[in-house]
Amino acid sequence: MQIYVCIKHVPDTAANIKVEGPAGFDESVKFVVNPYDEYGLEEALQITAKTGGEVVAVTVGKESAVSSLRTALAVGAARGILVKTNAQFLDSGLTSRALQKAIQQDGTPDLVFMGKQSVDSEGMQTPYRLAKELDMPVVTEVVGVELGDGKATVERETGGGVREVMEVSLPCVLGATKGLNEPRYPKLPDILKAKKKEIKQVDMADLGLEDGSGNTEILELTQIPERSGATMLEGSPREASEKLVAILKEEKVI
Amino acid sequence: MAQTGILLETDNGEIKEANFGVITAARETGDNEVVGFLMDGSAEACKAAVQEYGVKSVIEIKAGAGDFNASPELQANALAEAMRHYEVSALLGLSSTWGRDLMARVAAAMDAPLALDCVGVAVRDQIVTKSHFSGKTIAKIKLEGDVFLCGIRPNAIEAAPAAVEASTDVYTASAGDSGRLKVVETKGATSGVVELTEANVIVTGGRPIASTENFSILKACAQELGAAVGASRAAVDAGYAPHAMQVGQTGKTVSPKLYIGCGLSGSVQHFAGMKTSKIIVAVNTDKDAPIFTKCDYGILGDLFEVVPALTEVLKEQG
Repeated sequence: MQIYVCIKHVPDTAANIKVEGPAGFDESVKFVVNPYDEYGLEEALQITAKTGGEVVAVTVGKESAVSSLRTALAVGAARGILVKTNAQFLDSGLTSRALQKAIQQDGTPDLVFMGKQSVDSEGMQTPYRLAKELDMPVVTEVVGVELGDGKATVERETGGGVREVMEVSLPCVLGATKGLNEPRYPKLPDILKAKKKEIKQVDMADLGLEDGSGNTEILELTQIPERSGATMLEGSPREASEKLVAILKEEKVI
Repeated sequence: MAQTGILLETDNGEIKEANFGVITAARETGDNEVVGFLMDGSAEACKAAVQEYGVKSVIEIKAGAGDFNASPELQANALAEAMRHYEVSALLGLSSTWGRDLMARVAAAMDAPLALDCVGVAVRDQIVTKSHFSGKTIAKIKLEGDVFLCGIRPNAIEAAPAAVEASTDVYTASAGDSGRLKVVETKGATSGVVELTEANVIVTGGRPIASTENFSILKACAQELGAAVGASRAAVDAGYAPHAMQVGQTGKTVSPKLYIGCGLSGSVQHFAGMKTSKIIVAVNTDKDAPIFTKCDYGILGDLFEVVPALTEVLKEQG
């Protein structure tokens, strides 16, 4: 199977984000592969381990996103493709057009994986838009994949502990989430080997696309203020609970 | 006159309370008429509730052919068609699992901008505010185009009634189904479980809860509060709770009125998923736990003693 996995180079979830300017941020923080994309990558690797074929990691990002492609190569992707842009935040429509063109220029996908969302812009829609561009069906929040003949049986989480089982024809786009599998960690020898693997770089312009041509624009980023510290409720568990209930009633939250 | 559409969400034919905040947000535009769309044939049943909040017409969307309920693609095509038919320039809905999926399909089909998990929207200006960097920052985003879609985080906007007299209508879409995607089964459907993202109150357990069984302590307290029960990543990774219960960066993002965290250290990732809660209460045995520096009320104590005591007090005081 020829499987393309779309990944995003994002600030580490543990990083403290410092807003700079109206809509920028201090990009000197550590960047990693978007955690949800790791589940997609792992699933692709497990599938090709059984069926044979190739996993190709694709990203749209700055030059620095090469490091996330290297991580993908270190855990087992065969090749990488970087579509270069100057912005950390591209409109999801534009991102999906870039992904579609890069994928179709490279080969014919039997399956496309990605995370259900990025942890930085949290748009939650790139899988859907990419599927539209590729003219494929799409399922996100995927926690189970069973491949069959020309179709896949997919489980998705729909909240409240409910799961939907869906039948989807192949090729398709799947948006992975936690619970699908346990992503592997790269091992040192593989990290070294990954340095020799091929990463193809193309510019947005090579694909006939232009940075900043999307239909959404981030006007402003604001830090959510931290609370200043708790009012401690003293006394025995019983006394503290009584105080708490009185406060919560006063605040009209219960 | 421009119309603002609302994708109304129901639970077994009953309108979800969380819709009322969405309707309130849509109405803020003043002159815009608010049209409610329902996908499950419950227009007549839901009319009375939604007209209280200003929905002037309630439209039941159906498909002329195909298995409507089992095909997300057919539903999306039908909704897009209805939006065009009723000349809707904005579609607002709940940023729930169902709403996100349907709105993203519609937005992709129409090539229209969409923002999900919004905590605010200015419909006329086409500007939304939404979580960014997993709840660490809020982004103000301009959505360009003739039509835009916006999913609002449940509980983010307070509902305010503004009664009107609503009419109902049925729209039968001519859209066809590609047959590429169908729902074949729904598993684990349980009634009476409060969905985390829609709960007004959440009680969450961290790693010190130490077992799946011990969650019953939190459940007893949650029952008194009408609350949903959540878990930290550490508790989920230790196997004490399923991922569906996880709150935080790789779990659910929630905005309840009250969040009670029991045995949580207060990691950046956990706070990313719940810091927009109105009131945060922490119970922890460690006086130096980071959570005490960023919540509203703290109780220094063992959750196995404090939570049952709290449950008792709630029971006695009703």
